[in-house]
Amino acid sequence: MQSFTYERASSPADAARAVADKPRAKFIAGGTNLLDLMKLEIETPHHLVDLQDLGLDRIENTDDGGLKIGTLVSNTALSAHARVRSDYPVLTRAIQAGASGQLRNKATTGGNLLQRTRCVYFYDTNMPCNKRSPGSGCAAIDGASRQLGVIGTSDACIATYPGDMAVAMRVLDAEIHTIKPDGMARAIPIADFHRLWGDTPHIETALEPGELITHVQLPAPVGGQHFYHKVRDRRSYAFALVAVAAIVQSDGTGRVAFGGVAPRPWRMDEADAQLRNGASAVVRTAFADARPTEDNKFKIPLAERVLAGILAEVKG
Amino acid sequence: MDFTAPAGDNLFDEAKVIGKSTRRIDGPLKVTGQAPYAAERHDVVANQAYGWIVGSAIAKGRISEMNLADARKAPGVIAIVAATEHDPVGTSDYNHAPLFGGREISHYHQAIAVVVAETFEEARAAAGLIRTSYDRAEGKFDLAKVAPDAPLESEESSNSSKLGDFDAAFSAAPVKVDARYTTPDEAHAMMEPFATIAAWDGPKLTVWTSNQMVQWSKRALASILGMDRDNIRLDSPYVGGGFGGKLFIRADAVMAALAAKAAGRPVKIAMQRPLMFNNSTHRPATIQRVRIGAERDGRITAIAHENWSGNITGTDGENSTLQTPKLYAGANRLIANYTAQIDLPEGNAMRAPGEAPGHMALEVAMDELAEELGMDPVELRIINDAAKTVPGNPDKKISDRHLVRCLREGAERFGWSERAGTPGSRREGRWLTGMGVAAGYRAGPATTSAARVAMGADGRITVETDMTDIGTGTYTIIGQTAAEAMGVPLERVSVRLGDSDFPISAGSGGQWGAASSTAGVYAACVNLRRAIGEKLGFDGDAATFDGGTATLNGRRWAIADAGAMSADGRIKFGDFKKEYDVGTYAAHYAAVKVDAFTGETHITRMLAVCDAGRILNPLSARSQVIGGMVMAVGAALSEDLHVDKRFGFFANHDLAGYEVPVHADIPHQECIFLDTLDPVISPMKAKGVGELGICGPGAAVANAIYNATGIRIRDYPLTIDKYLDRLPAIA
Repeated sequence: MQSFTYERASSPADAARAVADKPRAKFIAGGTNLLDLMKLEIETPHHLVDLQDLGLDRIENTDDGGLKIGTLVSNTALSAHARVRSDYPVLTRAIQAGASGQLRNKATTGGNLLQRTRCVYFYDTNMPCNKRSPGSGCAAIDGASRQLGVIGTSDACIATYPGDMAVAMRVLDAEIHTIKPDGMARAIPIADFHRLWGDTPHIETALEPGELITHVQLPAPVGGQHFYHKVRDRRSYAFALVAVAAIVQSDGTGRVAFGGVAPRPWRMDEADAQLRNGASAVVRTAFADARPTEDNKFKIPLAERVLAGILAEVKG
Repeated sequence: MDFTAPAGDNLFDEAKVIGKSTRRIDGPLKVTGQAPYAAERHDVVANQAYGWIVGSAIAKGRISEMNLADARKAPGVIAIVAATEHDPVGTSDYNHAPLFGGREISHYHQAIAVVVAETFEEARAAAGLIRTSYDRAEGKFDLAKVAPDAPLESEESSNSSKLGDFDAAFSAAPVKVDARYTTPDEAHAMMEPFATIAAWDGPKLTVWTSNQMVQWSKRALASILGMDRDNIRLDSPYVGGGFGGKLFIRADAVMAALAAKAAGRPVKIAMQRPLMFNNSTHRPATIQRVRIGAERDGRITAIAHENWSGNITGTDGENSTLQTPKLYAGANRLIANYTAQIDLPEGNAMRAPGEAPGHMALEVAMDELAEELGMDPVELRIINDAAKTVPGNPDKKISDRHLVRCLREGAERFGWSERAGTPGSRREGRWLTGMGVAAGYRAGPATTSAARVAMGADGRITVETDMTDIGTGTYTIIGQTAAEAMGVPLERVSVRLGDSDFPISAGSGGQWGAASSTAGVYAACVNLRRAIGEKLGFDGDAATFDGGTATLNGRRWAIADAGAMSADGRIKFGDFKKEYDVGTYAAHYAAVKVDAFTGETHITRMLAVCDAGRILNPLSARSQVIGGMVMAVGAALSEDLHVDKRFGFFANHDLAGYEVPVHADIPHQECIFLDTLDPVISPMKAKGVGELGICGPGAAVANAIYNATGIRIRDYPLTIDKYLDRLPAIA
């Protein structure tokens, strides 16, 4: 870890300005990902702007019946919230499928959206990695890729977005609200929030320099039966091989997002439209453009089987 | 004390303390954080600086240049010891890969420098400023590629042997199995990393470290540093897990010693987790072929176990055949071990080296044979049990073996009769359910061990020995032994371990620690009893010691009246033991459910029935066995060091990427000990169990998955990707 300077911001706008003004500055909230990356010198910020005094730690009802989730709301608090449990249970299940109790106590809503990939080559600074060190190459494409992406990847990077919470938020059509250094606020649909890697895998989200997530907004509940099934090599404390978030309505229509397979929670309207035709039709559509490696091609039939298992559990 | 014949009746047969479930006497210290592990020994020496080890970025080649200028100027830096400025250290009998090898790099993350600074953070930050250039060399990293040319280990090494005519008997056998299995490289992944505080006082070096084998390591450190052994003291009272990874001196101790010399003050190093997988040793991957031929009634007529593995030296591979000469009868036999030279980090002992992966092949092959025969796999094992002599070495007698009892009692207790005869035939909702069995064998060695037992003026007993407690419960069984032998309550016994200034013990490894070290303590107690008797005027060998008194012929003495005194003692084992194979035996049962949609495996029950002679402390012995079972679950289902065959290293080198089981993976585990006694092992008649628990459960799980699904997977770990396409079709 390299040394850095530190300040505590007193308002969202000040925080955004502080990060925009200083070279190599970053926000810090729970620190559950950033501090690890700093210790390994994968991240080497010169300045940290701590958000903990901003008060963005509340969950509030919105006028349209949705929910406004402050960026500093912990994973634990969000998953345990009464309305989340009753109206958005897919979100509770997804959050509780991730990390450990201790980490969920510290990890925040905004930070979790920004969780960086868990590719082993990204984590080893001796290895080439276009995401960590642009232009250095990708060691994963011909290497240990079993955990990595099968779709939405590129010749520069096959990493995944590793989180669970965002996969549930994707089927809930969450909106990510931000404030820019100039004080302007905007809302980014979660579908547009995580970028596909293309030639610039080091640019991971739609956020501009200094832009701060202030809250996440969920639209009014859509009802239906909610599912989150995460498959991994052990039953807790591991990242997904494949995770499936699904909301299935009584008429058999619904929404499906896949985690652990792509740079973003992977959902396609055309695939959703196939839901009444069964898991195979959904997966065939959602993964039509997949380009897996030999090590991770199993993820596609696995995704189909996980979704089939979910559909078998739907109560008529 | 020379142990020259099987033990007769002795005081342990009337035991009041030994053999009773006893909570750890060091438990309160541990749960209150007062048992200091190596990196926490802040009070042993003043002015400790912090060291940070830099690991090589390549697997094989040579350092062309190291730029240390920026690191030297960094805040807080006291000294840097770098491979380009310091001669390689020496080697020892206990480690093969260089622990600090100068410019020559023989494996990934080999230590190439240590940075010493005032704080941990400053040392780490400065280490990040070192710039190293390498000339990369080609290496061999793919076992499957090098295995076909690997040489056969010599027959004298007993790693390869023949009996009868395997080829003829196998080809004539009416029922046969011929299968190939693979196991991956595995990591010890112990909780406490390698850690050492080193301090020099003139020519004398003290290392406070975390180590299983104090005397081996004292000798090794002397050899590595080119020092007189008498100038080294090594202290390792608490060890936060070792599993074989801490049998040896590793880079933390060597680099701390070099760093402390360069800094002119004590240096503390705790190895960073990402280095723990490539800097250290690991269990090498294996490729195994097992062939078994049997008569139609199940009697085995031919058995062959061939094993291929690799190591950096081209010798000392993972000998997965070890249990095969011991477990089952059969007149025609072949054992062969082939070890290739491979440029991965050093392979070395990990819990039940050889047997742990060996059972994962042999005991699945037995399941496959039972299937071919249409026979219950428990019965197949029972009819091929060996009674009097070792099947693969008929000149050796078996000391004490009750494997059949283990199998039968286990079957009864586990409800084995409920197992479906047809694989893949039981389904509850989305779950396919099944049961599996495996037998287990692990040798029960014992070796010379000494101790000093002192009585204070108040009659309190203190035991000192350089024996280690690696989380196994050694403090407690040594305390129990001394309490029993001296006739005092356990609360009146103190135990001090791990200091190389104490009498030399067997150390902890190979499940020899419990049997050996307690016998050594008993030997010292016998000497102290004699000394007390001489002082007070009675025959210490003939008296009964109980309740702080000695009694003989109706007379009674308070032993504390003898005043403060101490005695050393040592157990030595005589040649008579060479006539015997001393083994420990187990039957392992597992029940699983496999998700018919996703292939996820949940283990629902596990049972081990163990035959290991007298169980000194059933409570801590159970902990050891169930710990071994957990490790076996990891080996069966998830643990896998992923070899990057281009860069030559284990790519998943942290605890996120190397997946050991978590609590959610482990169901209720039951562990039963048979009430057996083995008079050949030692006066205690007790054998170790630390490795028995990992010998078999992985195969039981694999067999249960087969029983549940009808899918046989022979490449470990049994991850979903290997059988997804063979699961039941989804609608």
